[in-house]
Amino acid sequence: VPGADPSARQLCFAWGPAEVLVCETLFGRAGGCRSRCPCRSPCPSRLWAAGRAGGAARALTGSLAGTGDGAPSSSRVFVVRRDQDIYIQTLRKLFNESHGIFMGLQRSEEELAGKSRKAQLVQVSKNYRSVIRACMEDMHQAAVSTRDPALQGQYSTQVSILSAMELIWNLCEILFVEAATAGPLLLRLLDWVRLHVCDVDSMVREVLSSESPSKHKLFWNVVDVFVLQGRMDEARHLLSKEASANPTSMNMYKILDDLMKKMPVPSLGNTQTLTELELKWQHWHEECQRYLQDGTFASNPHMESICKILLGDEDAILEKKELMTTWYHFLVTRLLYSHPTVKPMELRFYAQSSMDLFLGGESSPEPLDMILMSAFEFEMHQVIKECSIVLSNWWFVAHLTDLLDHCKLLQSHNLYFGSNMREFLLLEYASGLFSHHSLWQLGVDYFDHCPEYGRVYLELHIERVPLSTEQKALKVLRICEQRQMHEQVRSICKIMAMKALRNNRLGSALSWSIRAKDAAFATLISDRFLKDYCERGCFSDLDLIDNLGPSMLLSDRLTFLGKYREFHRLYGEQRFAEAARLLLTLMTAHIAPCSFWMTLLTDALPLLEQKEVIFSAEQTYELMRCLEDLTAGNPDKQKFQDDDVETTKVEMLRLALARNLARVIVKEGTVEGS
Amino acid sequence: QDNRISIWSAGDLGNAGLNGEYHGEPHLLCDIQHNGDVMDMQFLDQERIVVASSTGTVTVFRHHQNNQTLSANHRWEKAHYHMDQDTPCGGAACTGVVCNNPEIVTVGEDGRINLFRADQKDAVRTIDNADSSTLHAVTFLRTTEILTVNSIGQLKIWDLRQQRNEPSQIFSLAGDRVPLHCVDRHPNQQHIVATGGQDGMLSIWDIRQGTMPVSLLNAHEAEMWEVHFHPSNPDHLFTCSEDGSLWHWDTSTNVSEKPSFLHQGGRSTAYLSHSTINQSVVSAWLSNDPTKDRMEITNLIPNQTLSVNSLDVLGPCLVYGTDAEAIYVNRQLFA
Repeated sequence: VPGADPSARQLCFAWGPAEVLVCETLFGRAGGCRSRCPCRSPCPSRLWAAGRAGGAARALTGSLAGTGDGAPSSSRVFVVRRDQDIYIQTLRKLFNESHGIFMGLQRSEEELAGKSRKAQLVQVSKNYRSVIRACMEDMHQAAVSTRDPALQGQYSTQVSILSAMELIWNLCEILFVEAATAGPLLLRLLDWVRLHVCDVDSMVREVLSSESPSKHKLFWNVVDVFVLQGRMDEARHLLSKEASANPTSMNMYKILDDLMKKMPVPSLGNTQTLTELELKWQHWHEECQRYLQDGTFASNPHMESICKILLGDEDAILEKKELMTTWYHFLVTRLLYSHPTVKPMELRFYAQSSMDLFLGGESSPEPLDMILMSAFEFEMHQVIKECSIVLSNWWFVAHLTDLLDHCKLLQSHNLYFGSNMREFLLLEYASGLFSHHSLWQLGVDYFDHCPEYGRVYLELHIERVPLSTEQKALKVLRICEQRQMHEQVRSICKIMAMKALRNNRLGSALSWSIRAKDAAFATLISDRFLKDYCERGCFSDLDLIDNLGPSMLLSDRLTFLGKYREFHRLYGEQRFAEAARLLLTLMTAHIAPCSFWMTLLTDALPLLEQKEVIFSAEQTYELMRCLEDLTAGNPDKQKFQDDDVETTKVEMLRLALARNLARVIVKEGTVEGS
Repeated sequence: QDNRISIWSAGDLGNAGLNGEYHGEPHLLCDIQHNGDVMDMQFLDQERIVVASSTGTVTVFRHHQNNQTLSANHRWEKAHYHMDQDTPCGGAACTGVVCNNPEIVTVGEDGRINLFRADQKDAVRTIDNADSSTLHAVTFLRTTEILTVNSIGQLKIWDLRQQRNEPSQIFSLAGDRVPLHCVDRHPNQQHIVATGGQDGMLSIWDIRQGTMPVSLLNAHEAEMWEVHFHPSNPDHLFTCSEDGSLWHWDTSTNVSEKPSFLHQGGRSTAYLSHSTINQSVVSAWLSNDPTKDRMEITNLIPNQTLSVNSLDVLGPCLVYGTDAEAIYVNRQLFA
C-alpha cells in the first residue's frame, strides 16, 4: 500500500462490502486513539488486510487526507479496493463482450447431445478467445499511441497478460473442450504453436520480402522455422528458390523436397486410421534414415540438419532453440517428428521431458510454464488454481471454469463452505464487478446463474449501488422486481421517496410509494400536503391531487386528501349539495384524521351560511354530533380552552348549526303548496 | 467517473458493397470529457449539440469539422437544482432537452422547465415547480408549445407565449398513474402524440380531443426509454426498452394485404375514441379497427441481454445504444 508505513504508524482496518478501509493511528503508542479513524475495535498493533492479499495489495486506489486533530502530522485513511483491473478502460470491452457470450452459453440448449453440443461449446470457446484477441489489439493500439511512458508500460504489460491468457485458453480448448484425439491432436497443437510463437514473424517477413531471399543471411533460419513448425509447403517453396540459385545442389534439393512432400501427417477427416498412418510414417522415417546414412546431404550442413530434424533427432532440434523460443514449441516439434500419433494421455511424459531438455537446468520454469504443464497433465483443477494465483483478476478463471463445467468436465469439487468451484469463482468475479459504478449491471446476470448463493449475494450488493439519478434507481428497481426481491424494492423506494420529500418533490415521492405499494409512506406524504394546506390555506401541487386516480386507494389518508380536494372543487363549482354530502361522508366514515375535524367543520360554515338551505335536518344533527364529539373529547386538549380563536370558532359553529337546523326544520315541515 | 461525448463516423455510403451492406465499423472521430451522466442530447444545428447532464448542467458543444474536435461552447450551470442552490448535492438531473434553433427547452428531476436561447447567458424563461413530480421528457408540439411527461402519468401541454405558469392542458392515463418516460409527436400530423410508460406500454394520444389516450398497446416488459416516429416515414415508429428489445412498429397500408400478422410478444388493446372522425383522412395510428388496419411489429434485436437506453432514426439508418456499452448502427432499415 503506497504511503502506508507500518513502522512509522500503526494501521488498523475495517471491512466493507466491497472495500477495505485502512487507516493510520497512534493508538497503543501514546495510550489513546488520537486519529479520527473509523476503527471499531482496539487496533491490533500491526495488522493489515489479508484475504486475496495479492489482489488487495495491487488494488490500492485513492487515499484521503484525514483531518489533523492537533497531532504533529495528519493521519490518512486508505480505501483499498479488491479489483483494480475493472477500472482499466480498454478492458471494459472484454468484460462486456464476454458477458454476452456467457449469457449465450447459459441459455443454449442442453438437449443437444454429442457432436453438435461439442461443436457448440468449441464455438463458445473460440468466441471468448476472439474477444481476448480483440482486446489485445485495442490495448496494443493504445500502447502505441500513448505518449506517457508509465501508461505505455502498463498497456504493454496488459498485452502480454492477455496474450498469455489466450495461450492458456487455447490449449485448454484443444485438450479439454474439444478433447482432440490422437491424430487431430497433433494438428491442433501445431496450429496452436504457429499462432502463438510469433517472435520469429518479423524475421520471416524480412526474408520473404527481400529481393533474393536465398542470399539473405537469415534464409536458412527461416527455412528451419518453417520445418520446425511443420509448414512444409512454405519450406519447400523457399528451398526451390535456393535450388534455382544453386544448381549444384539440385540433386540434394530434389531428394529433400521429395521427402518433405511425402511426409505423412494426420488428417482431420476419417480418411485413414491411426494404424495406417503409423505404418506409412514408419516407412517414411526409414527412408529418411537411409538418405541420411548414405551421406546424401553431407556437403550441405543446413540440409543435413533439416533431415535430422525430420528424423526427430532431439539434439538437432535442440540446436535451433532460439528459433523455437519456448519449450512447448520444442514439445510439439518433437511430437511431430517422432510421435505424430501421440495420444492425449501420453502428452504429460513428453511435456515433462521437453521442458527439462529445453530449459536444461539453466532457468527455472515460470508460472506460465507450470500452468501449461498442468494442462498437458490434464490436471484441470491445478490449472485453475494456478491461474487464480497468478492473475490479478477473476475474469479468466471464472469464465474458463464455467465453460469446463458446461462440458461436464468438473466433478462437483465441493469447497468447504458448500458451493462448488464454478460458483465460487463466478461469485468472486461478479462481486468485483459490483464495486464499479457501471459494470455492476453485468454482475447481476452472473449472480443469477449461481444457484446456491447467487441470490443472497445479489441482495446484499444491489442495495449498495449508488443511486445518483432516478433513472439508475429505476434500473435497480427493475432488477429487484424481476427477481421478486421485495425487501430491496421497498427499501430502495423508501430511500428515493425520502430524498424526494426532502427536496419538496411531493409528486415524485408519491410516485415512488405507489411503485412500492407503500401505504405508510403515502400516509406520510398526505400528512405533508394537509399540513401545507393548514398553514397556507390552499393546496400546493393541485395537478397531483386532482389526478390521483386509483392510486388514491393506497392509503386512507391519501383517499381523504383526494376526496377533500374534490370537496373544494365541488364547492368551487357551486355544487353545494354534493359538496355537503361529501363533507359529511368524510367525517362520518372516519376517513378524516381527528386532527382535521375542526378544519372540516370550519369548512362547513360557509355552507351553513348560504342563503338556501343545503344541509338536511339529518345531516345537521350529524354535524352537531361531530362537533360535540370533538369538543367533549380529551380534556388534555388544552388548546380548546386556551385558544380564543378556537372557542370563537366553536361558538360560531354552534350558532350556525342551530340556525341551519331551525331553517331546515321549517323547510322540511312546509308542505309543497302553491 | 469518466463520461465522454463522442462523435463517430459510421462509414460512408460510398463503401456499400454489392448487396448494399456497409463495410467497416463506426470509428471514433473526436470526444470530450463530460461531467456527470449524459441524460439526453440533441443537435441544435449542423455543428452544435446540446447535452443534458445528471448534475443539472446543460452544455452546448461545438463540433469543429475542419480539425475534428469538440469544444464546450456554452454552459448553463445549475439549470436544474433542488431548493438550495449552494449545497453541493443540490443539483437535480436534467432529464430531457429539445431544440428548435435557437431555442432550447430543458426539463429535469426538479420539476422545472427552462427555456434558453442559444447564445444568451441566462435563461429566457423558467417555470419553477412546473410539476410536483419528475419531468421525464419534453418535445415541441408547435413552435410555441411544448409537451412534457412526468412520473405520475400525465402529459401536459405548455403554451410558452402565455405568462402564467400553468399548463394549458393536462392529459392522463386511465387507471394506474404509471410514470411516462418518453414522448414524441407525429412529424406531419401534430395532433398525434406517442408516449411510453414505465410498464412498457405505448400510448397513442389525439390531443385535439379527450384527456385519455386513443390506444394503449401492451408492448415491452419493462420501462420504455425512448419512442420515435420516423421523421420522413411517419407510419413507422420505434421504441426501445429496459428489457433489451427495440421494436419497429409498422402501420404502412400495404401490410394489410399480407395474410400473416407478425406480432412478437404483447397483446394489443385498443380503446375506441368517442367522436366520429372522417375515416378517410385519419392516420393509421388513430384508427382502431384491428381487422382493417394491421400493424406489423418486429423486434430488431436477435439476442437481447441488457437494456437499450436510447435510439435515433433518420432516413434508412437506425442507431441505438445498450447498457452493454455497445452502439449498433443499422443502415438498411427498410431493406
